[in-house]
Amino acid sequence: MKQYDTLVIGGGPAGLAAAIGAKKENGEVLLLEREQRLGGILKQCIHDGFGLIQFKERLSGPEYVERFIQEFLSLNIDYETLAFVIKIDKKEGFYHVSYVSKKGVCEVTVRSLIIATGCRERTAKQIQIHGTRPSGVFTAGCAQHFVNLLGEKIGNKCVILGSGDIGLIMARRLTLEGMKVLGVYEAKATPSGLTRNLVQCLEDYQIPLYLSHTVTRVFGEERLNAVEIMQVDEKMRPIEGTQEIVECDTLILSVGLIPENEITESLGIALDLKTKGPYVDDYFMSSLENVYICGNALHVNDLVDYVSESGLIAGKNSMRQHVSTQSVSIDLSDDFLYLVPQRVSVHDVQESMFYFRAKKEMKAADLLVKVNGKEIMKRRYKNLKPPEMEKIKVKWEMGKISENDHIEIELKEDLCVK
Amino acid sequence: MREMTCIVCPNGCHLTVNETNDEILVKGNLCPRGKDFAIQEIHHPMRTITSTVKTVYKEVPTIPIKVSKEFPKERIFDVMNQINHIQVDYVAQQGDVLMENVLGLGINIVVTSNILKETIHE
Ligand SMILES: Cc1cc2nc3c(=O)[nH]c(=O)nc-3n(C[C@H](O)[C@H](O)[C@H](O)COP(=O)(O)OP(=O)(O)OC[C@H]3O[C@@H](n4cnc5c(N)ncnc54)[C@H](O)[C@@H]3O)c2cc1C
Ligand code: SF4
Repeated sequence: MKQYDTLVIGGGPAGLAAAIGAKKENGEVLLLEREQRLGGILKQCIHDGFGLIQFKERLSGPEYVERFIQEFLSLNIDYETLAFVIKIDKKEGFYHVSYVSKKGVCEVTVRSLIIATGCRERTAKQIQIHGTRPSGVFTAGCAQHFVNLLGEKIGNKCVILGSGDIGLIMARRLTLEGMKVLGVYEAKATPSGLTRNLVQCLEDYQIPLYLSHTVTRVFGEERLNAVEIMQVDEKMRPIEGTQEIVECDTLILSVGLIPENEITESLGIALDLKTKGPYVDDYFMSSLENVYICGNALHVNDLVDYVSESGLIAGKNSMRQHVSTQSVSIDLSDDFLYLVPQRVSVHDVQESMFYFRAKKEMKAADLLVKVNGKEIMKRRYKNLKPPEMEKIKVKWEMGKISENDHIEIELKEDLCVK
Repeated sequence: MREMTCIVCPNGCHLTVNETNDEILVKGNLCPRGKDFAIQEIHHPMRTITSTVKTVYKEVPTIPIKVSKEFPKERIFDVMNQINHIQVDYVAQQGDVLMENVLGLGINIVVTSNILKETIHE
């Protein structure tokens, strides 16, 4: 049976960076991708704005990811596309992995696994819409696939439900392709997408955004011909009497993304209810020894630069010699939507990197890190918004984390600042 | 006074712009690019676009493109119209220019992916 140090599952930006990271630590690496081409979701994200942090350039999705593909290929890393993992067994500290590919059923033994399977879109089933099941209802990513990769026209008049970034980007894209986008409807009182996307995708094209509104019903036999829109209260319950019928032949759902957990769950890895992805320690290792998670499979990122960063770190760490699953959890205050990594490994450590989102908009807030009740770090934040992920480096002045340490991270809104 | 969001980078700074007789005062920008953006936005908003163009290859029906630099916002649909007339009939690569100086605006249409090179082996 062929042996590798590290097996990477998923060939998007996270997986490519992970494979590169492990290879640079002199690892023998294999990457498996289920689609025909490497590149992940960025193959269809033809808009620009990628890589501003890492390359200080405004690249389109394909330009960004093809840079990594080039580096990946130049390192002669083994990989297979159209490859599906069917079984993973743990035996004597190694993982035996079976997968199918063009070569038939293959088996490999690896020391470390990196899960970089990205995320999936929530669909109509996961939200409450009544009525028939006509054609013309797409998730935003699916519409993006049809329009950008297949060059198809998906309809004439469209309504977008949800103000996530993909929905906003598709509102502009479909407008450019000659479709009439009647509006973006968002059930929450605040938009989910980045402010810059509200400006350059909606305002620039005079596409209206309706907050506290949702789609409650769809109409049409074969093809969608209208949707019912209702206003919602702060608990997102539709308000009687606000019904309005909007004629359209296309409904695009941009109602959120969740980490793809198929493989993580089959391995029995513990999940975090906040991120909907697995728990990891500051090495990006999950609750299972030598299994690492990175990119959107860990938590849904808005910037691909951080996705690549997490991949590179996970890849490097997958080549560590001494690994321990011993870690301490972090007590988070209520004002966090989430914080990743969720745990800190018990080891000698100078600093750890964390990514977090605030639960609500805050004009000003202090982030406090406490170990055993003693404040070791404080940082001021201005304009925290849930759609915008923040990054913070925590320096552990004691130089190590022990199993009895109690770590608390608090976010305190400063209400005096307006 | 005008308020706007800088769209140059993901920070999306909230800018307030005060125009007096001989000066434009910009506040809220975390970096100098924000000021340049605000001034341009007041005088003549500029944007870039990305899109796709058709190819003659069944396996890869479209490839992604971008315009090489910013151009006046009100010309977006004129430029789109030109883009929609392009059909690629060779194995184009990232960086190839498919159309030069579109509508005299000083912008080129540039291929942003190697998907054809990767997929089509003639
Ligand atoms: C539509 C959209 C628009 C976005 N816009 C922006 C933007 O403007 N700017 C920005 O910076 N970021 C943007 N992002 C975010 C960025 O694209 C993602 O953060 C990034 O692509 C995530 O990379 P990834 O490698 O984790 O996942 P993906 O790119 O999704 O890659 C995962 C890969 O794993 C493969 N895979 C999944 N399961 C398996 C399996 N069981 N076996 C084998 N392979 C598997 C998939 O086929 C896929 O190729 C956008 C994301 C989306 C979805
Ligand atoms: S002002 Fe500078 S930092 Fe702020 S959004 Fe614009 S470019 Fe980014």
